[in-house]
Amino acid sequence: MSTHSQIAGRLAHRRSRQRKEKLIELTLLSAALVAIATTLGIVFILFSESLVFFRQVPIWDFLTDTQWTPLFSDAHFGISVLLSGTLTSSAIALAIAIPMGTVLAVYLSEFASPRTREIAKPVLELLAGIPTIVFGYFALFFVTPLLQKIIPGLPGFNLLGAGIVMGVMIVPYISSISEDAMRAVPVLLREGSYALGATRLQTAFKVVVPAAFSGLAAAYILGISRAVGETMIVAVAAGMQPNLTFNPTESAATVTAYIVQVAKGDLPHGSLGYQTIFAAGLALFLITLLFNLAGYWLRRRYRETY
Amino acid sequence: MPKQRSTRDLSLIRRLIRSGKRNETLFIATGLAALALAVLTFLALFIDMLIDGSPRLTAEFFSNYASRKAEKAGILAAWVGTFTVMLVTAAVAVPLGVMSGIYLEEYAPKNRFTDLIEININNLAGVPSIVYGLLALGMFVHTFGMGASVATAGLTLALLILPVVIVATRESIRAIPGSIREAAYALGATRWQTVQHHVLPYSMPGILTGVIIGLSRAIGETAPIVIIGAVTFIAFLPGSPVQSAPPFISFDWLSAPFTAMPIQIFNWTSRPDAAFQANASAAALVLVAMTVVMNGLAIWLRYRLRRNIKW
Amino acid sequence: MNAPEAKPDLDSLPIKAEAKQLNFYYGAKQALKQIDLPIYDNKVTALIGPSGCGKSTFLRCFNRMHDLYPGNRYEGEIRLYPDDVNLLASAVDPIEVRMRLSMVFQKPNPFPKSIFENVAYGLRVRGLKNRTELEDRVEQALRDAALFGEVQDRLQDLASNLSGGQQQRLCIARALASEPELLLFDEPTSALDPIATGSIEELIHALRDKVTILIVTHNMQQAARVSDFTAYMYLGELIEFGWTDDVFFRPKQKQTEDYITGRFG
Repeated sequence: MSTHSQIAGRLAHRRSRQRKEKLIELTLLSAALVAIATTLGIVFILFSESLVFFRQVPIWDFLTDTQWTPLFSDAHFGISVLLSGTLTSSAIALAIAIPMGTVLAVYLSEFASPRTREIAKPVLELLAGIPTIVFGYFALFFVTPLLQKIIPGLPGFNLLGAGIVMGVMIVPYISSISEDAMRAVPVLLREGSYALGATRLQTAFKVVVPAAFSGLAAAYILGISRAVGETMIVAVAAGMQPNLTFNPTESAATVTAYIVQVAKGDLPHGSLGYQTIFAAGLALFLITLLFNLAGYWLRRRYRETY
Repeated sequence: MPKQRSTRDLSLIRRLIRSGKRNETLFIATGLAALALAVLTFLALFIDMLIDGSPRLTAEFFSNYASRKAEKAGILAAWVGTFTVMLVTAAVAVPLGVMSGIYLEEYAPKNRFTDLIEININNLAGVPSIVYGLLALGMFVHTFGMGASVATAGLTLALLILPVVIVATRESIRAIPGSIREAAYALGATRWQTVQHHVLPYSMPGILTGVIIGLSRAIGETAPIVIIGAVTFIAFLPGSPVQSAPPFISFDWLSAPFTAMPIQIFNWTSRPDAAFQANASAAALVLVAMTVVMNGLAIWLRYRLRRNIKW
Repeated sequence: MNAPEAKPDLDSLPIKAEAKQLNFYYGAKQALKQIDLPIYDNKVTALIGPSGCGKSTFLRCFNRMHDLYPGNRYEGEIRLYPDDVNLLASAVDPIEVRMRLSMVFQKPNPFPKSIFENVAYGLRVRGLKNRTELEDRVEQALRDAALFGEVQDRLQDLASNLSGGQQQRLCIARALASEPELLLFDEPTSALDPIATGSIEELIHALRDKVTILIVTHNMQQAARVSDFTAYMYLGELIEFGWTDDVFFRPKQKQTEDYITGRFG
């Protein structure tokens, strides 16, 4: 039998419990907000520091100038010079990573025995886990000397070696996302194709790949984003010399390599040279943001379909 | 419809099958070649480092500071620096990431705001690491005046791996069937009690896997800590966190300048001298061994996890 | 029901295919036991039985779908007439079998392609490239599947935009396009509403004149409505086979009667 005081006690207990629950929820929410704050922080820093830069360098010059000599007395700030290095090294990397990653994903998802898959996937994961500075070392001291035997006169720093190693580095990312997308294609669809007399290969390329298309596209786009943002391989192996070129056998700085070079030096905070790295970083951030959002959207689409 | 296939039809079919089989064999060969290329790259990298670096892997290499003389140089400051930075990273990223994951899976209402958080986390996972370096440089180093310290590097890498921890937490929470939660609620548990007693313990192995993968990524990250201005030549260790005199615990190490394994490798790689190149190989070997062990542990954990799932 | 009073003598009917002493194993587990069953030419044969009785497993033996997964094993024969070839022989390539037989699945499974390309798929796999011939045969298949009128002005639309019933008729058109010698249906209406089910049943009934049909169904009324012959299976064994009205109204086996009258199953 409950007396009044017992009921009052229980109510008080319930109120305190509700307060505690609310407090916990708020704490968890504020943790989740850190991710938002990080993005806002990135946007704020990049924009505010770039603003200082663009007050002195017109944005038109930044986009159209064909020289990048921020540290000379006759300073030029044409981002296209750095972008050409980024574009060339990324193109080499993707020319390797996209076909190889796709073939690997199709092979692992549609052909390989479960045993092969069980061995191959961890190996690919280990490959993906190797620090990029180590890949940079590998590009400079192993791949480039090898290439120099094939291409005489290839400089020690070059976009080709860096691009190739970057491509191999990106393969596991592309193959893993692509394979996920292909394995999400329902078995019923494959059986429909087999029942019509199709081979495994026909089923893989005429049914499974088209069905997983948005997932594959997401994998490629995220691969592009990774290539554009990759820093240490190009900083170590492609050289630090700004060079407006699309020739893979030349040495050229990328956007990322330039940022590393300036940050390693001792430029005073607030100098124009120092501000350039934020402008370059902003360009990098906006490019990868575009790709990331496209990749996210495509990935969500294939997840919703099945 | 034909009552019977003509022999001509059947021989056409057989010819098609033969050419189909040929194409298939060709493709399987291509697939195996791609796989072999990936494995061979891994092996070439490993063997190359082993040949160049293994003679340098002596006990002194681990207990010496960097030096102008290649044969005297070691990675003491680098591995201690990496270790302390990782402590800060784990201490920040794990609670924040797990709490965010719990909020998003167990508490968040389904609305545009949580959609935004979701898109945001996905985007953060794809932001180049060097951009995190710029954030840290502008924010932690200059605005907050934390300098190029262990704390700055640890925080930067924590933000960098936060998406990895959040995604891993969410995925392992999502794998817990709703019936478990309903059972807890039916017994009168509050939401937090359900999380604390059921959701969190059951998803722990999955979260742990994600944390290890995140940390193994952080340990090899070079660009962000180069940007914040990690010192490349350092001949002392950060102050010990435990002291003999009261108050026994010190946080001075957090504000100490530092170097780290990848920085050390980068530095040695940029020297023209071949002797330093051997040092870079040896240090890279140590770093790769660290990441391989961590990744291997994560893969093994996940494999066990998959086998032990009972629901 | 379509059996007239005087049913022809079974021995006088031409046989299209025949299972002989068929055993099937999923690894160590035997799923089909000593099945002997004739499939009569240009007739509809229905396979009924409680779920798990092996009727779908049996159907999937005909086009060797079990070859797609490791650990499966056949014993015995399925002979296809008139050329009297054993479909299960290891010398016969499963793809060759699937080129001759077609199958329609439980759930509509159109490919993520246009309506036209779905129907043309089997023809392209068979090496047909001539555009006019492709168009003619796609149109014919769509007409045979009673779908052409509904889709003729949107052949390039994605197949996924069709309704469930239309999708299943598209899958039937896809199966018909390659002129199969035997058409297999695996519970083709289990995912459809009653109206769509009705139109599929009518279609199956009409197709009987063109092609021999073997259909697995979970629905006894459906078997009674569409089939000439019915086979009742239980626990991997064939319990009873005969003219559909005999099986339904004059079953010889007690087990069949119990199942038909709903006392069991």
